[in-house]
Amino acid sequence: MPSSLVQFENVSFAYGERSVLTDVSLSIKRGQVVAIMGGSGSGKTTLLKLIGGQIRPDQGKLSVAGDDVGSMNESRLYAMRKKLGMLFQFGALFTDLSVFDNVAFPLRERSNLPESMIRDLVLMKLNAVGLRGVSEQMPSELSGGMARRVALARAIALDPNVMLYDEPFTGLDPISLATIGKLIRDLNDALGTASVIVTHDVEESLSIVDYVYFLADGKIVAEGTPEQVRASTHPFVKQFINGETDGPVAFHKPAAPYAADLGLEQRLA
Amino acid sequence: MLQTSAWSSVLPKFLFNAISALGRPFSNSIIKLGFAWRFMLAILRHSPTSLLRFQLTMREIWFAGVLSVLIIGVSGLFVGMVLALQGYDTLQRFGATESLGILVALSLVRELGPVVGALLFASRAGSAITAEIGLMKATEQLAAMEMMAVNPIARVVAPRFWGGVISMPLLAAMFSAMGIFGGYLVGVKLLGLDEGAFWSQMQSAVDFRQDVINGVIKSVVFGIAISLIAVFEGYDAPPTAEGVSGATTRTVVTSSLVILALDFILTAFMFTGI
Repeated sequence: MPSSLVQFENVSFAYGERSVLTDVSLSIKRGQVVAIMGGSGSGKTTLLKLIGGQIRPDQGKLSVAGDDVGSMNESRLYAMRKKLGMLFQFGALFTDLSVFDNVAFPLRERSNLPESMIRDLVLMKLNAVGLRGVSEQMPSELSGGMARRVALARAIALDPNVMLYDEPFTGLDPISLATIGKLIRDLNDALGTASVIVTHDVEESLSIVDYVYFLADGKIVAEGTPEQVRASTHPFVKQFINGETDGPVAFHKPAAPYAADLGLEQRLA
Repeated sequence: MLQTSAWSSVLPKFLFNAISALGRPFSNSIIKLGFAWRFMLAILRHSPTSLLRFQLTMREIWFAGVLSVLIIGVSGLFVGMVLALQGYDTLQRFGATESLGILVALSLVRELGPVVGALLFASRAGSAITAEIGLMKATEQLAAMEMMAVNPIARVVAPRFWGGVISMPLLAAMFSAMGIFGGYLVGVKLLGLDEGAFWSQMQSAVDFRQDVINGVIKSVVFGIAISLIAVFEGYDAPPTAEGVSGATTRTVVTSSLVILALDFILTAFMFTGI
């Protein structure tokens, strides 16, 4: 087993002309929970899509569990994805299937286990997130926090090596939020996975992660352990974790001079 | 001075934009057609999985086909009854009311069964398929499936496509059958035509190969067209509320126009020179 489960080496990616990630290098080891933080539109979600092979890097090398993702053909990509578990922002549960069938879905599709064993596994996974009691309900009957826990159970159904979390804390009440945070940490330690959390929730993530990368405008501007981050004097990091409205990320988007826009000055052609 | 220099840079830009705006709808629709064709090939490539696990397709036949039976049956019945009333009125002027059975049966089997059946199918089932796939995309269910190493084209799209293709001819046949029954009710039971003449004239005038099979071919072609448009529009929909609603509308509008155009082409090939 290579020491780094996810390794970015000078990865760049652009949607057409618009550059999203520039020269990103990072590595995530087995047993680690790593947060990628940054404002909206900083390229965080693109990073997850790259790991999942939904898009491919334009430059640089990206390997997951030792295999180069950028050069994979479709069947190898699908084989690689069996080692990944992903929790989507709002769970992305299949609305036409019950909670039980949702968690059973990857097992039924991607393994040849008999139905009796699938049943046991599903109940174990649901028990791990504390929701064995709702297995017969439909996703529409669940609260947002519960739906996300079910989605988490589904994501770990195939015992992945790498877990990806896309904004797992968004829109949750404080109790659900703490529950999800604790589950992410506990599952990571119990399963021995590497976890990547893409988030802009500072408090919850700093309390559970081992390492933090800060992303701004597609570049990694700072990194460190939660203690280093809290003590950091880096202007962007300070602004971000304290939630200040002005700083390196300006309150005002670039615009024409205010007076000119209001027509108070003669505009020159 | 300032003004002229501004104009000299604005004018070419304006012309360029105007010309490209003129061509854009055409190039966009050609590009979309190309995507739809490649999408069709992808569906065919992934079809063996969905046909081998037939319960997946079976579920879609239930949703697209079985749940459309009521609207198809009732519409067929009424279309048949109206045909009989109108046909009787016209045939009466020539003293040929016994031929009402032929008129009703031929109109339904050749044209109205496949065409009206397909139009109803597009608005009842096609729109539902588009909305379902579009919303699955908008709520990241398709992306989640892909991340679980399950191909959404094989698991979601292909079963819905085949469900539609299999349902359509059966529904068209049902439409025609109900229509003929409606024609019988009005012609024989209401207007008092001779029952024997109604059925025997129909039997001798409707040719199985020429009329029934051609009608079935039409309905199969329409089934393929509607199902492809429905799954493609759903899969191609922008993942927003407007995106899905626009895609649903496009499914119904495009399918209807395609059905009518295809019907003209097929009819021209099938029934000219009879």
